[in-house]
Amino acid sequence: MVFEFEVQGGDFATAGNASSQIKKILKQLNVDHHDIKRIVVALYEAEVNIVAHAYKGRITANIDTSEVRILLVDEGPGIPDIELAMQQGYSTASSEVREMGFGAGMGLPNMKKNTDEMRITSIVDKGTTVELIVFINQTTS
Amino acid sequence: MEAKSFHHALKVRDDLCIGCTHCMTVCPTEAIRVRDGKAVIIDDRCVDCGMCLRNCPVKAIHIEHDDFKNIFDYEHRVALVPAVLSGQFPEDITVAQIYSSLMELGFTAVYEVEHGVEILLEAAKKFVNNSAPNLPVISSFCPAIVRLIQVRFPALTENVMLLKPPLDIAALHIRKLYTDKGVESEKLGVFYITPCAAKIAAIKSPVGEEWSPISGVINMDFIFNKIYKSIKQNGKNDSCYLPKIDPLTREGVMWSLTHGEASPMQGRCLAIDEIHNVIDFLEKLENEEIDDIDFLELRACDESCAGGVLAVANRFLAVERLKKRAAGLTSVSELVPSEMSHDSIALSADYIINHIAIEDVNPRSMLKLDEDMAEAMKKMNQRNSLLKALPQVDCGACGAPSCQALAEDIVQGKAGIEQCFFIRNRQISAGKLNMAGSTSIIESIWGKKKLKKPESENI
Repeated sequence: MVFEFEVQGGDFATAGNASSQIKKILKQLNVDHHDIKRIVVALYEAEVNIVAHAYKGRITANIDTSEVRILLVDEGPGIPDIELAMQQGYSTASSEVREMGFGAGMGLPNMKKNTDEMRITSIVDKGTTVELIVFINQTTS
Repeated sequence: MEAKSFHHALKVRDDLCIGCTHCMTVCPTEAIRVRDGKAVIIDDRCVDCGMCLRNCPVKAIHIEHDDFKNIFDYEHRVALVPAVLSGQFPEDITVAQIYSSLMELGFTAVYEVEHGVEILLEAAKKFVNNSAPNLPVISSFCPAIVRLIQVRFPALTENVMLLKPPLDIAALHIRKLYTDKGVESEKLGVFYITPCAAKIAAIKSPVGEEWSPISGVINMDFIFNKIYKSIKQNGKNDSCYLPKIDPLTREGVMWSLTHGEASPMQGRCLAIDEIHNVIDFLEKLENEEIDDIDFLELRACDESCAGGVLAVANRFLAVERLKKRAAGLTSVSELVPSEMSHDSIALSADYIINHIAIEDVNPRSMLKLDEDMAEAMKKMNQRNSLLKALPQVDCGACGAPSCQALAEDIVQGKAGIEQCFFIRNRQISAGKLNMAGSTSIIESIWGKKKLKKPESENI
């Protein structure tokens, strides 16, 4: 099943909407709550990243019985050094964003921790694409 | 593994239910449907919050409690009373008078539930300290909230504080006290005066506990009437007999009110009351949008137990009165052991600590469309296409609280699409359904009476 969500850069007030929707869907699909938590935590981080850094973005979630694959494509400044961005505590967030409780530099490491696979590609001044993959129903299948 | 069905204290009286949509539309877990002209509560979804009871225009929803006469089955009859009872009465009626009236009604002892919060408080602080990094710890105080978490927020069941609430701690103490005095347990009846339905449900089928030390439950509004009548008839008796108990602590009196638990706890603690507020917050907490909180006090009722469905007084006035009562009492931190009575709960502290733990609280999600994920995906697709066909009016005329709820009932084989008035109209226009067919569908939802023309009417 495929679900799509639009994300508006700078709109912190509604950040987390896609994560909440996906969470609701996964609960209705009877996905194990530990898996749901990993997916939602990683997705929320990724969603907030788009809001905090990009102009706009699109989230496409592909759900099947063995995995949840989420693609986040944004138009924005891009990440010049992905390896550096992956380090804990590294952040380019503005002081304004930090004041709102975001931008602690935990986003990408936290996303990696909560997913089975994560791929980031980025072109400076064009945008960033993040793919999050979480395997589900591993014990039953 | 998921637990078996809950016991529910909330019951619909079919003889009174007029078949409207009030309860169904306010239920925060969409646990009510209308069938055959009567509200039906879906056991697996109901969390016993009592919102339906509050909104019923004809008092058709009631809380099933024990017959008061049952207390006389026991030689020793202890009334276990929450402090919030004392907040129900006007200021000129003293706490001593209230409890003396309870004795006159037939109890042999009166004991306040919140004795022992000092023991719980210490245990709770330790529990929070040992729970890192799995924070926040969510209080187990409000049974409706524990059930809400089980059915709607399965991932958060791991955050529930696995300690008994004050009610169970007090009941344990009383049982021990009487056992130590040589009273056989069959001869001791412990009766809780409840401000809500959830507490009854929790006693009849405890979550995370094997048995309940409480023999029976009596509704607070019922007891309020009996006490008030007795005080009005007998006048204000200054010489009335005050049951020999230690005074509650300040924290004890405040415990069941909003911030009662959160304010004496350590770390970053938050108190949230009213079930919709709690649901909003838990949604965010589950996404980990909120962090760095150590302890959460969550209550289903606005103004917590002062706003319980069986509380009689205006909740704000009750809170005011309880605050005044608390102001004159000793704080937990100022307790002097030597000044305690020989029945003091402090003497049971070791015993209570050994029995304070409850078992894991298991998820029992009601949100899934099917056990099998592939099947659930199929049903979700069906639901989504049904939703496009439904009018999105959420009128409730189909007997379900919203178009989405109807669509979900349909894919689970619990309802038919023709229950929707708009769909029926389309089917009639298309010649697929006749008037008689439509009538029988309406009757299956709303009963036969609603379609009959009253004799006095000319419409």
